[in-house]
Amino acid sequence: MMRAPTTSLPLVLDRVGFSAGGVEILHDLSLRIEPGAPTIILGPNGAGKSVLLRLCHGLLSPSGGSISAGNVAVSTERTALVFQRPVMLRRSVLANVAYGIVGKHARGRASALLERVGLSHLARRPARKLSGGEQQRVALARAWGRNPEILFLDEPTASLDPAATRAVEDIVGEIAAQGVKIVMATHDLGQARRLAGDVAFLHKGRLLEHTPAATFFDAPRTPQAAAFLRGELLT
Amino acid sequence: MHDLSHAFSLALQLAASGDPGLWQIVGLSLQVTLSAVAISTLLGLPVGALLALGRFPGRNALIVIFNAAMGLPPVVVGLVVYLLLSRSGPLGEFGILFTPKAMVIAQSILVFPIVTALSRQVIEDLWAEYSEQLRSLGSNAAKSIGTLLWDGRFSLVTVVLAGFGRAAAEVGAIIIVGGNIDGFTRTMTTAIALETSKGDLALALGLGFVLLMIVVLVNGAAWIARRAGERLAGA
Repeated sequence: MMRAPTTSLPLVLDRVGFSAGGVEILHDLSLRIEPGAPTIILGPNGAGKSVLLRLCHGLLSPSGGSISAGNVAVSTERTALVFQRPVMLRRSVLANVAYGIVGKHARGRASALLERVGLSHLARRPARKLSGGEQQRVALARAWGRNPEILFLDEPTASLDPAATRAVEDIVGEIAAQGVKIVMATHDLGQARRLAGDVAFLHKGRLLEHTPAATFFDAPRTPQAAAFLRGELLT
Repeated sequence: MHDLSHAFSLALQLAASGDPGLWQIVGLSLQVTLSAVAISTLLGLPVGALLALGRFPGRNALIVIFNAAMGLPPVVVGLVVYLLLSRSGPLGEFGILFTPKAMVIAQSILVFPIVTALSRQVIEDLWAEYSEQLRSLGSNAAKSIGTLLWDGRFSLVTVVLAGFGRAAAEVGAIIIVGGNIDGFTRTMTTAIALETSKGDLALALGLGFVLLMIVVLVNGAAWIARRAGERLAGA
């Protein structure tokens, strides 16, 4: 696929803070996301993973610090986000995927994407009647259709069974193979081991470490990460 | 009970008789009511959407005013429109007092706040669910409003039916600005009011049953259309 010479990578967060309603959710967070294998944002619930993804996608603006995306502006045009609970529009599966695609060939492209996520047979069904796993695959096709340079995923398998999780991971792998940078938040250690190129470990709104996956899993540097890897409950 | 059964058989006789006088009254009733509902819908949906999505000073006050205006007393509206349209009034030169046009204006004033206030609530609730997802998919304000109106269409049909119910049942405003002129501005409700005051309760009740049948028919048709649409589009 031809890419314009502009790029959203590397994505660089410089001393980013975010507060909402007087509560500080992210503190002084600096992180550099490079092209390549998937970056996994790991951490317990409430660590700030979802807010971090929304900031990088351009849905939220940082209260402090800055985010730069390669040589372009941070925007929802060049990146896509699959939410933990994606909203299915009250339309057919096909219309949901076509919604985010610009141009008159939207429906044709949407059909092709549905084929790739294995949902062609459900194209005309109401999207909201699908199972959770099927809805997540629709959301993946819809995000893929945006032609993102970076695809953010916010715990896409948090409420799915193993078979549906496998289907989602396979699709994510296929999207990554197309050269799309994957940045995925999860608290599922198995999933992180399966997918991660590098791991950013978040705890209470702070980035505690950011290392290659092998380093993180074999020799975590912080006691919090070590405890998280042992399956202890972090407070 | 005798009166009721007599009135019911009279209603059936009336409906079956093909009495041109009756059909003229029914026709004018529908013409006035449907015109007022159409005008109110064309104005009320965009204003409702604006109130739902817009953030401007005075928004909360406007919402309260529209909610309150759902309970506008028809006789008061009729009186105000009468004063505006009467020969000596500011709009007297148009000479439309005691015409169907005046009746449409009065009923539009009654129905417009209902459509606006209820559609504002429907669209605001849908927006709470959709906003992040639509922004993520690159939808701008105009596209978002279109999406909300389309995806909320089944609830919005009920909103329009509430406005239709108000207009179809209304007598206080149209009897003042229409004048209940036989063959010109007489509608179902004004005819019922007249027959009641003349003491012909059976005829009044009979007309009432015919009106009820029409209202049930319109709502039944809307229901069938809604179900068919839902099956096709899957809401």
